[in-house]
Amino acid sequence: MSIRGVNISIKGLGYRYSSRGNPTFSNLMLESPRGEALAIIGRSGCGKSTLLHIIAGLNRPTEGTMHFDDKKIEGPSSRWVMMFQAPHLFPWMKVSQNVGVGLGFAGWPEKEKAERVAEALKLVELSDYADTNVQDLSGGQQQRVALARSLVMEPELLLLDEPFSALDAFTRASLQRDVRSIAKRLGFNLIIVTHDIDEAVLMADRALIMAGAPGKIVHEFAVNLTDPRQRQDPAVQSMRARLMDAFHTAAQVAGAPAEEVAEEAGAESSSVSQHA
Amino acid sequence: MSNDAAPGAAAAAAGLTGTRTSRAAEAAGRGFFNFSLGLLILAVLWWLGGYLIARNPETQSFSGFGLVQTLQSFPELWNQGKLQKAIAASMYRLGGGLGIAIAIGIPIGIIMGRSKRFRDLSNSAFQFLRMISPLSWMPIAVFVFAAWDDSIIFLIAIASVWPVMFSTAAGLAKVDPAWFKVARNLGATPVQMLTQIILPAISFDIFTGIRLALGVAWVVLVPAELLGVTSGLGYAIKDARETLSYDHLTAMVLTIGIIGYTLDTLCALLIKRFSWHRGDA
Repeated sequence: MSIRGVNISIKGLGYRYSSRGNPTFSNLMLESPRGEALAIIGRSGCGKSTLLHIIAGLNRPTEGTMHFDDKKIEGPSSRWVMMFQAPHLFPWMKVSQNVGVGLGFAGWPEKEKAERVAEALKLVELSDYADTNVQDLSGGQQQRVALARSLVMEPELLLLDEPFSALDAFTRASLQRDVRSIAKRLGFNLIIVTHDIDEAVLMADRALIMAGAPGKIVHEFAVNLTDPRQRQDPAVQSMRARLMDAFHTAAQVAGAPAEEVAEEAGAESSSVSQHA
Repeated sequence: MSNDAAPGAAAAAAGLTGTRTSRAAEAAGRGFFNFSLGLLILAVLWWLGGYLIARNPETQSFSGFGLVQTLQSFPELWNQGKLQKAIAASMYRLGGGLGIAIAIGIPIGIIMGRSKRFRDLSNSAFQFLRMISPLSWMPIAVFVFAAWDDSIIFLIAIASVWPVMFSTAAGLAKVDPAWFKVARNLGATPVQMLTQIILPAISFDIFTGIRLALGVAWVVLVPAELLGVTSGLGYAIKDARETLSYDHLTAMVLTIGIIGYTLDTLCALLIKRFSWHRGDA
């Protein structure tokens, strides 16, 4: 599999759900170099998921432009693929058919498609399950199939919309590590939207904190940590604490009660930390 | 890469499949026994009714309704070619009417399921038309269509289009909207979205609608054939009644039951084949 990343340039991006409504976010600027793993952290409702859908081309921005390697982005493409909170596999298809569905849409010949699917399944360690009905898989396995379905397209950019939040702590930790390791090995960009601070620290090279209404990027952190990242590593813990403080401050500035903020950002993080 | 998908789990899944297969075989055997027993009870009751009719001098002339006489009349009807001709004529009308209902019902059902505006606009008109008894269209159909066959096909189509249409729309309304988003994200064209996502996703509902439509069509077909035409199972029943051939009459009624049951079973098998919902099998 040969994948390369993409230089992302977002200028003056804005979005409003209705012409008379308040903007979800406006005048958003973002640059991300080839191969970077970028996390966008923020409370529910700050517009981070909407931003991700716009970057994926699934929603159209009401203002601003996006360029990937100087090419203007105006719609969805199999070159930038999104993984959702739930796997959303097609239950009438087997595992291998689910993984190869995008290649089928692109008109790939069966033989080449089968080879690519086998390779992607190997990457997510589900080769033994190629002929299994997806309804027989666990939540973690299903999310791995969704990951393989994205990777098989050899995307330049993988967008993740809180993709592991519905999984148990152990599976989530394992997938967080695996996705980062695959992205770094194959060289594609990652944009992860999450409100789990641990997830951002473990997966990203850089974390942005989004807050306010309309949402804006209020903080930026370089997550300069060595791989593989261990949750109990003091550097990881320290980065986590810094991000948590910044998240806390940003959310309070945006007007949310302190207890609510702490609950939202800390609930998942603490559960993972306890298990890890 | 750590793995929550241990190879042992595949073997466990295979074991689960094996258990499921043996349970399915057991259920099929039990189903066949119940099916045979039910038919046997029906046959015994029929034979008993026929026997009592034949024993009574006042009703003896109706003994042709009995089980034995009815079964004995089948070779005669077959050798005369009456049975084949009647079945062929009825199946042609049923196929034509049902085919039109499916061809119209599925696309409109999909539009209804996808567009709230269309659903809101069309709902009152469709519900109104649905409630009109299909046979009440007969005088208009005879007036509009030159051939009787076409009139009956029209009646079957107008009677059976609603279950297909509403079932398709209801199926689409239940579909996870994220599937469309995922498919678009992976580059699906509108045609691929229809053929590879929408139709497989709602195939269970479409076939359920067709099964219901088949029942309605079959119910409408026979009375429609009692009016005007000179072929088909409905006409054969009328003809047998007028010639007092009660054994032929009952043989035709039995044929209607057998064909209806067979077609319904075929639909049920199609539903089972295309259903991906767990617990439908």
